[in-house]
Amino acid sequence: MTLNPPDLITILAAGSVGLIAIGTIGLAVSRHLLRLVLALGLAEAGANLLLVLAGYRWDAVAPILTGAAPAGAMVDPIPQALVLTSIVIGVGVQALAVALMIRIKAAYGTLDIRELKVLLERDICAEAGIVPPSSIHRPNYQPPPGTALPARVASTGESA
Amino acid sequence: MHKLASLLFALGLAFLLMGLAAQLPLGATPMGIGADILQRTPSEIGSANIVTAVVLAYRGIDTLGELTILFAAATTAGMVLSPAGGAAVRKAREDAGLVLRAGSDLLFPLLLMVGFYIVLHGHLTPGGGFQGGVVLAAAFFVSFLARAEKQPSHSCLSLIEAVAGAAFIGIGLAALLGGGAFLQPLLETGSVGALISAGSLPLLYLAVGLKVGAELASLLAHLAE
Repeated sequence: MTLNPPDLITILAAGSVGLIAIGTIGLAVSRHLLRLVLALGLAEAGANLLLVLAGYRWDAVAPILTGAAPAGAMVDPIPQALVLTSIVIGVGVQALAVALMIRIKAAYGTLDIRELKVLLERDICAEAGIVPPSSIHRPNYQPPPGTALPARVASTGESA
Repeated sequence: MHKLASLLFALGLAFLLMGLAAQLPLGATPMGIGADILQRTPSEIGSANIVTAVVLAYRGIDTLGELTILFAAATTAGMVLSPAGGAAVRKAREDAGLVLRAGSDLLFPLLLMVGFYIVLHGHLTPGGGFQGGVVLAAAFFVSFLARAEKQPSHSCLSLIEAVAGAAFIGIGLAALLGGGAFLQPLLETGSVGALISAGSLPLLYLAVGLKVGAELASLLAHLAE
């Protein structure tokens, strides 16, 4: 079975949409911060592929002039330049996210967002000097007794 | 229940995107700008790599914004990771094993050469300042990983970064002084395909490459410390 070029493009489009969907599932399901960042990267790869695909033509060559006689049609260079920008910005975002994760791990000893939520709420309430908000409908989440939440590590450079 | 809901959401999103993608004229150029740029680049810009012409000449100010975002991310990561007291307490590191040490000695000049090649041929072949800058950062980072005594000098890296960034903006301002638009290509276009061609584009890409290399090297060093 041979693939006609339109079929090929359909497969590529389905692949990029699939990457976006996998990344979205990862964003919604995972509870570990590193996995969230990885899922974001996966979705971003799918979006980039879809963008490049917007300028792709199956009968065209890469937009680079060679010394030879002008080849036939060339693919659209604008989506490729846009995706270059998008990739670089993605790298910046991921590096910043990893740096923040290192600090969170050093301060709280965990990267699980459910545990972090409890710890952050406790600390924010303590800093602001307010009692933790509660209501009769408040979900009564308590960490299982075996895994006590680690006490906050004394951060470097106390604000004494 | 939560997982089921998110699965359904993602499947719905995929269905929506597939429906949109089916409507798109994939495989045909949706806009006329691309074809226009393909036609004009050889005479106007003179760079063999048309993506470079789009990145540095037609959308030069967007690239400046992109560099700004990368600079902000690298600076913020450095701020977040540097110790609060200001006194850099560096963990004592040991030398890596023989394989990494010998490999880094062997790879360092080759990586430097490949990096500068990719940067300086950005207007001729696939590649350019961003890609070559990453290779340059990798060259310095490998030797940093291998040897304990090789500490990256953050002040030196910021100096390179600042000079490169200033050079990028300076070339843009020079075009402005010459009566053109900001970041309009200067100098002679030369003959398409020659190393010295495409006016000021190779200079711009050299600045981009040095800036990206210095930023990423300092970022990786911060992450490793």
